[in-house]
Amino acid sequence: MLEKRVIVCLDVRDGRTTKGVRFEGNVDIGDPVEMARRYYEEGADELVFYDITASAEDRGIMIDVVRRVASQIFIPFSVGGGIADVSAMREVLLAGAEKISVNSQAVRNPSIIDEGARRFGQQCIVLGMDALRDPSMPSGYRVVIQGGRTHTELDARAWALEAVERGVGEIVLNSIDADGTRDGYELQLTRMISEAVTVPVVASGGAGVPAHVSEVFADGRADAALVASMVHYGDYTVSDIKAEMHAQSIPVRRRW
Amino acid sequence: MRIGLVDYDAGNLTSVETALRALDADYLVSSQPEALASCDRLIFPGVGDADSAMQVLKQRGLDQMLRDFAGSGKLILGICLGAQIILDSSEESATTCLGLIPGRAVRFPSDAGEKIPHMGWNRVEPVQPHPLFEQVPADASFYFVHSYYPVPENEQFVLSRTHYAGIDFASAIRRENTWAVQFHPEKSGRFGLSMLQSYLDCTD
Repeated sequence: MLEKRVIVCLDVRDGRTTKGVRFEGNVDIGDPVEMARRYYEEGADELVFYDITASAEDRGIMIDVVRRVASQIFIPFSVGGGIADVSAMREVLLAGAEKISVNSQAVRNPSIIDEGARRFGQQCIVLGMDALRDPSMPSGYRVVIQGGRTHTELDARAWALEAVERGVGEIVLNSIDADGTRDGYELQLTRMISEAVTVPVVASGGAGVPAHVSEVFADGRADAALVASMVHYGDYTVSDIKAEMHAQSIPVRRRW
Repeated sequence: MRIGLVDYDAGNLTSVETALRALDADYLVSSQPEALASCDRLIFPGVGDADSAMQVLKQRGLDQMLRDFAGSGKLILGICLGAQIILDSSEESATTCLGLIPGRAVRFPSDAGEKIPHMGWNRVEPVQPHPLFEQVPADASFYFVHSYYPVPENEQFVLSRTHYAGIDFASAIRRENTWAVQFHPEKSGRFGLSMLQSYLDCTD
């Protein structure tokens, strides 16, 4: 049986891992390569790196992080943040990442999904989507970009379906309302998107305790769950989360 | 023991190369048929689409090199897409594949209520003893990402099975000296590395 994945997310700025609430007030919390190594050893199923500098001149720093991670971490990882064309995708993949995550760039230029999927395969292209609760939208959620600062006219469910049609192999769905709160994932949003699309959905935003992770699998129908603060500050380990999932009879990789 | 890593612009080459470097293997990455033919063993990786992969293999003369290599009795290990295009054909592509193992690649059913691609960690149940599984515990999981799976013509070609979307598909296959795994040992943690080490060490 396919096991539910626990994915650790690291926001990287100028080569350092940072964490802020709702994309504001970032603080330095460590070396991304060392942290990646620790999560790998603790049993993380996958890692995600978001380059939140995402300016052209700092791209090289991120590529170096990707290379160093790839040389010692033998689980899949994806990289997102400011990747706007096929040549930038290629550079990140050649440095050793498995997948590329596109978010704001795909909203501005959706054909980047088609081009990426055609060139590197559907499994390489992940849609990162930030959704904000908004009763005026058909699905009840609006797509926002730039970490929630800019609203788009896209409906969350419609955009997810369009992105799958264009060729994404996975969706990382981040709830702006839940992000950084540690009150739990937004289950309604996660379930709606996961049931609407044919590709795996990774729930993101709001995890505070291991029970939240079990919840988003059982009630949110997620295929994978992203965790950040709950493991970054030493409150819990990936093993704690997996033990809780196992206790709730959620299939999970327990030997590594 | 020199391993040739077949470079045909198909995805996960960097990951496999990184794993080989971590295992301190003697390896060569090449897209040149002659250079690869001189290696002792090959690894034939790949992600992406069968049709474009076959086109590149043909353009570079690597299709014939792989057939000759298989015929020479030296070991080949296909990974992921490599495990599909060593078959006769793929539903994904109108093109004929390499035909090193009789069979075809088939798409997971879209009506089984499961997500496609099959993406993530899953169990691999060996159905016959084989050097690839010697150093791997029975409850180890491996990382998969694929929408098509191998259907070899003969049950004796099946080394292991994995359950997904209502199907116990062949997750590792072999015919004589041609072996292949649908999952990614290079991305399956230390048990995946153990499997690659077994491939480097085995005396077959």
